[in-house]
Amino acid sequence: MVFLSYLISGISLGSVYAMIALGYTMVYGIAKMLNFAHGDVIMVGGYVSLIAMTSWGLPVWAAVVVAMVACTVLGVVIEGLAYRPLRSAPSLAVLITAIGVSYFLQNSAQLIFSPNPKSYPVIINGSLSLFGGKLTISYISLVTFLVCVIIMIALTLFTSRSKMGKAMRAVSEDKGAAQLMGINVNRTISMTFAIGSALAAVAGVFLCSSYTTLMPTTGSMPGIKAFTAAVFGGIGSIPGAFLGGLLLGIIEAMAKAYISTNISNAIVFAVLIVVLLVRPAGLLGKYVPEKV
Amino acid sequence: MSKLKSIKKTTLVDFATYIGVIIAFIIVNTLKNDGALTRSFTGQLIPICCYVVMAISLNLTVGVLGELSLGHAGFMSVGAFSGIIAAMSLQTVIPSPVLRLIIAIIVGAFFAAIAGVIIGIPVLRLRGDYLAIVTLAFGEIIKEVINCLIVGVDSNGLHVIFNAFGSKSVSDLNLLEGGVMIIKGAQGATGVKAISTFTVGFILIMITLVIVLNLIRSRSGRAIMALRDNRIAAESVGINITKYKLMAFVISSALAGAAGALYGLNFSSLMSSKFNFNTSILILVYVVLGGLGNIWGSIISAVILTILPEALRGFEDYRMLIYAIVLILVMLATNSPQIKNLVEKIIPRRKKGEEADEEAA
Repeated sequence: MVFLSYLISGISLGSVYAMIALGYTMVYGIAKMLNFAHGDVIMVGGYVSLIAMTSWGLPVWAAVVVAMVACTVLGVVIEGLAYRPLRSAPSLAVLITAIGVSYFLQNSAQLIFSPNPKSYPVIINGSLSLFGGKLTISYISLVTFLVCVIIMIALTLFTSRSKMGKAMRAVSEDKGAAQLMGINVNRTISMTFAIGSALAAVAGVFLCSSYTTLMPTTGSMPGIKAFTAAVFGGIGSIPGAFLGGLLLGIIEAMAKAYISTNISNAIVFAVLIVVLLVRPAGLLGKYVPEKV
Repeated sequence: MSKLKSIKKTTLVDFATYIGVIIAFIIVNTLKNDGALTRSFTGQLIPICCYVVMAISLNLTVGVLGELSLGHAGFMSVGAFSGIIAAMSLQTVIPSPVLRLIIAIIVGAFFAAIAGVIIGIPVLRLRGDYLAIVTLAFGEIIKEVINCLIVGVDSNGLHVIFNAFGSKSVSDLNLLEGGVMIIKGAQGATGVKAISTFTVGFILIMITLVIVLNLIRSRSGRAIMALRDNRIAAESVGINITKYKLMAFVISSALAGAAGALYGLNFSSLMSSKFNFNTSILILVYVVLGGLGNIWGSIISAVILTILPEALRGFEDYRMLIYAIVLILVMLATNSPQIKNLVEKIIPRRKKGEEADEEAA
């Protein structure tokens, strides 16, 4: 029973990682860039939803929608201003720009909201009692997991069935050829950023709700972990990001419970290194042989 | 003049780099001795030396070897803490602080090199962003592992506890009377005697330059750069990939360890969280802004970007915001094709002049 409850908390944490990792993996798959500002978009989503809930008195679902809209706009603006001019630049230049954007968002948040942590309300109260009270599952864990699964399925369907999704896959495979087929590459990449940022907003709400605090730096560590999760599952693969996020959350929860809280992150990262050495393309990543 | 022209252009650039660093040192040192520098700037001198060495060494991995590393601060951390342990435990044996500092730097470089080998052998098989993520993971692992270390020294020698479960404390070391605590777990190293000096920092920069520049201009250096430019072509002409990759990676980590030891012994206390992901990124920013593979560029950008946040102190809360904006604008200005075209339209002569130079040469 104790094991099960740890497992459930791991799945709940992992679902949040998975949501962030889905955004990471989409942006990486299509724009081929590591968007280090993604974690900070989560933080912005957290603040926007907090304001919507506390200052404007909106219900939770409306606050989530407001946060999604705000983050979508933010994501598209960041892409247009900072990343689009660098489309043909070396990948390191884009990486540094992403880091600059990340610093910018963190420090703007610090100026606007002060660096002190703010308390974040638990968005869904109550829990489910099973086996005569031996095992309790909080509703928030259930909702987090369900939302994550729904997002994963929706994204998979979107990329495999819809016209825009097909365009995205075409762009990710070959930008030049996609352009020749009449696909608007810039619009497709903007769209990817919009989706990724909207997911980041949802992830932000669940993340802050499980931490119950919110700071300008809230997003950075989960951002790094989600990036790890995306690589773990095979970067560019949507089911891979989901699986990687869940596994990362479970490993972290188990390491905290059974080994040590002090080195739980070290264990998570050590598992990552071992997995990458055995499967260099990640769990579900495709191994692409090089053509000479 | 004709004699000067017969020397290779790269040799001239290397020469200019050495001379530039020496002149800068002489000027700053004279100003410092005259008391013309502000207190905050004098305090920045040794960290600047460390960051310069870090930037040069990371440039070896990122610019010359062409592999993205996001955990360079991890090697700095290994060097810093092993250097501190060495310096503190030799306090009674070697009274001269300069000698102790040099030993600490060597010890720091040695342990960081070992860490470099351990990480490098398995990891250099990976490519591109996967290598980046593993180095990032390594940096985070080192941070947490050092957080769990409790180290002290007494007349019986070193006492080390690995406090993985959070159950041990300082008293479990059972130090004899007169023993000294060195690292206290999450509190980091405290009560360190700050023995770093600007002169040693300058010498470390010069040694780093000699090592890195000679490596780049040597046969091995050309092999490393061939790997960067075209791995498959390099392999096909018989270049041993693992050997040269590992060589560059280990030298880079050893230099980072040396810089770490210098850095660690500049402060009376040091926490392992100082060497986090952000520090690795900070150094990567120096390298990219200075130009990949460009050693003097790394030096200049490390110096300017360390001073810049201090110089912006007048803006208080806005300084990091300004730093971020400057970073984005510089990247846009140097890499965006539109802006490049615009600059060329305004100053068309620059490019023609360069071409004429090349023709003359």
